[in-house]
Amino acid sequence: MMIAARCTRLGIPIVKNLTRVSSTSMFKSTDLNQHYIHSSVTCFPKCELTSKRYQIERGQFSTISEEDVNFFTNLLGHHRVINDETELEGYNIDWLGMVRGASSVLLKPKTTEEVSTILAYCNKRKLAVCPQGGNTGLVGGSVPVFDEIIISTALMNKVENVDTWLGVVTCQSGCVLEALDEHVSEYGLMIPLDLGAKGSCHIGGNVSTNAGGLRLLRYGSLHGSVLGVEAVLASGEIVDCLSAMKKDNTGYDLKQLFIGSEGTLGLVTKIAINCPPRPQSVNLAFLGLETFDDVLKTYKDAKKKLGEILSSCEFIDQSSIECVEKNLKLKAPIGAHPFYMLIETSGSNGIHDEEKLNVFLEEALGAGLVTDGTVATEPSRMHHIWSIRERIAEALINDGCTYKYDISLPLPHFYKMVEDMREHLGSNILRCCGYGHIGDGNLHLNITSKEFEKDLLNLIEPTIFEWTAKVNGSISAEHGVGFKKRNYIHYSKSSGAIALMKQLKALMDPNGILNPYKVLPDN
Amino acid sequence: MSLRVLVGCKRVIDYAVKIRVRPDKMGVVTDGVKHSMNPFDEIAIEEAVRLKEKKIAKEVIAVSCGPTQAQETIRTALAMGADRGIHVEIPAKEMEKLEPLHVSKILAKLAEKEGAELLIVGKQAIDDDSNATAQMTAALLEWPQATFASKIEKTDGTLLVVREVDGGLETIKVKLPAVVSADLRLNEPRYATLPNIMKAKKKKIVKMKPADLGVDTTAHFEVVEVCDPPSREAGIKVEDVDALVSKLKEAGRI
Repeated sequence: MMIAARCTRLGIPIVKNLTRVSSTSMFKSTDLNQHYIHSSVTCFPKCELTSKRYQIERGQFSTISEEDVNFFTNLLGHHRVINDETELEGYNIDWLGMVRGASSVLLKPKTTEEVSTILAYCNKRKLAVCPQGGNTGLVGGSVPVFDEIIISTALMNKVENVDTWLGVVTCQSGCVLEALDEHVSEYGLMIPLDLGAKGSCHIGGNVSTNAGGLRLLRYGSLHGSVLGVEAVLASGEIVDCLSAMKKDNTGYDLKQLFIGSEGTLGLVTKIAINCPPRPQSVNLAFLGLETFDDVLKTYKDAKKKLGEILSSCEFIDQSSIECVEKNLKLKAPIGAHPFYMLIETSGSNGIHDEEKLNVFLEEALGAGLVTDGTVATEPSRMHHIWSIRERIAEALINDGCTYKYDISLPLPHFYKMVEDMREHLGSNILRCCGYGHIGDGNLHLNITSKEFEKDLLNLIEPTIFEWTAKVNGSISAEHGVGFKKRNYIHYSKSSGAIALMKQLKALMDPNGILNPYKVLPDN
Repeated sequence: MSLRVLVGCKRVIDYAVKIRVRPDKMGVVTDGVKHSMNPFDEIAIEEAVRLKEKKIAKEVIAVSCGPTQAQETIRTALAMGADRGIHVEIPAKEMEKLEPLHVSKILAKLAEKEGAELLIVGKQAIDDDSNATAQMTAALLEWPQATFASKIEKTDGTLLVVREVDGGLETIKVKLPAVVSADLRLNEPRYATLPNIMKAKKKKIVKMKPADLGVDTTAHFEVVEVCDPPSREAGIKVEDVDALVSKLKEAGRI
């Protein structure tokens, strides 16, 4: 008790987790996790309604009636039908505080059957729905645009099975990524996906948006890792493609349609994911570099010299680090540099991995590619270093308003885009910075201003997409198309491909009730 | 006068790792578990290195008592800027039985042997939370002690130390040689830079046994049991405010 009292007085959070003695509670990881919990309303409580800001027209859907609410209440009970305006606020607005819908009902089903009943009813009544996981999406795909009924997967969080022989976990779509990873870690396995929002995002949302994250370089995309999907179509029909086998070449691979289609073709209810063994040895290097050319050379070198143990290769520019240091008061482990890299190795033998990493680092230092850096092998230090990278998005939000772009680019053009945009926007902005998954050719380009400015948005878009198309990049690498980029999809997809997408949508969701105004462009 | 500073650094289970009690309930699982330097000792090392950078210290010696892997902890200290290391070898099996008094005796002997004028240790180790080593070492050496330091300044032949006490901050003056224990806010330890990590590989670590210093490490007490803290009981849902109030009354909270 005395220790607890002292901690409180000194402003140190007393962590409830008693696995370690409380006097050292400031050295616990539990409070670290809280950083990832995104509260969407803190930034823009009065964000303009999407329908107004973007001037769009409501689709030909019915409006929810009292009878409808009664139907849902009969099905789910009072506690799982939310229609309190204040409570709905956080579900109507996205994490960036850029888009806000006006839904008046949120449903929390627990089972596939409940989802099926809900969708069958909505389809018959022509009520539009917006499936929602952890609401950490960055392109406005996870919140309603008008009054769509929000179907949250928050209570669909059961892990059904862990196959420890093949290394496959089967679970419901509302499992929080970090919790799922902790669950499989008990069996010496890991989820082959890791991203900054892991403490809030749902695995179903990850699959629906084909999330990439920090280790795609090593474990590949979800199109490969996801072995099975169970989804409910707009009609209420349950599509069971929930194979937990690594190989299954029987007919069309329908599950792929639900991966990355952002809830527009079906609502994902269950998933089977391939889980690699958890690495026994992890090392993390944080490096400082002088030029972007050095970043590219170091990346190429890392691939060659670290080979199969390379598990992540990230790049951060100086402006991003400055933002984290200023807005979140986190301290980078080394002094100021124009560019930084995070290189992580994961393997099964610490001595082997360390030797490889040392040779790589010594040579990079010797060749002058890297001018400074540090290496961490302790979980606590690695946590700290990773949090600098993972919390950039949060730091940027503290600037005011973030215009977020997630682009795939051929590496020679990679940083040129940030420089060109910086020049193009001049003094109209607070910041224009770049970071991202260099190993995947994926740039996160962020521009911030104090408040949302329509003129600034028009200055950025479509220039940024034209620039991307010119070098054959993709206007959305891992965030998806959602609401914000649907009318720019043609910069990355041919008209033939878009037409086929529309045919698929019409086939699987003839009334268009599933996540309307998302992914596909306006006619 | 430039000081020779001796710093104790303990290898402990990393604070980001989930602790598991061994099935025999006689200790915690340490095999295959990631370890790192006790965070308070890291602060002690950082302070010593800063004293050296300010030319107040002439040499920083990092000491760790522990199994072979304790050398990794010493390497970390060397990479942060310590000049040389002393590894007092304790076999892994005996590590659990090593008590603060043993460590204090070892540190006291080393302080005398090395001619150190200042000994800095972390205020406590995050594994056993004893918070005794600094105090006992000071007693054994008959040196003054300045515990829970959050600021250290050197004036002629004395140290001005700000201590974090329950009532606030206390400033005391101690004569050198002295023992100081580092509290959380003394400094923010640096990350060792790559060039310094490389250089640290060439720095010297001397190996010795407690017996070489004439210290007997026979245990004085016996661990009866180690068990998990009680797990939190599941909460209940109440229908309305009245039910909440009556439940709280029932529990004697209001």
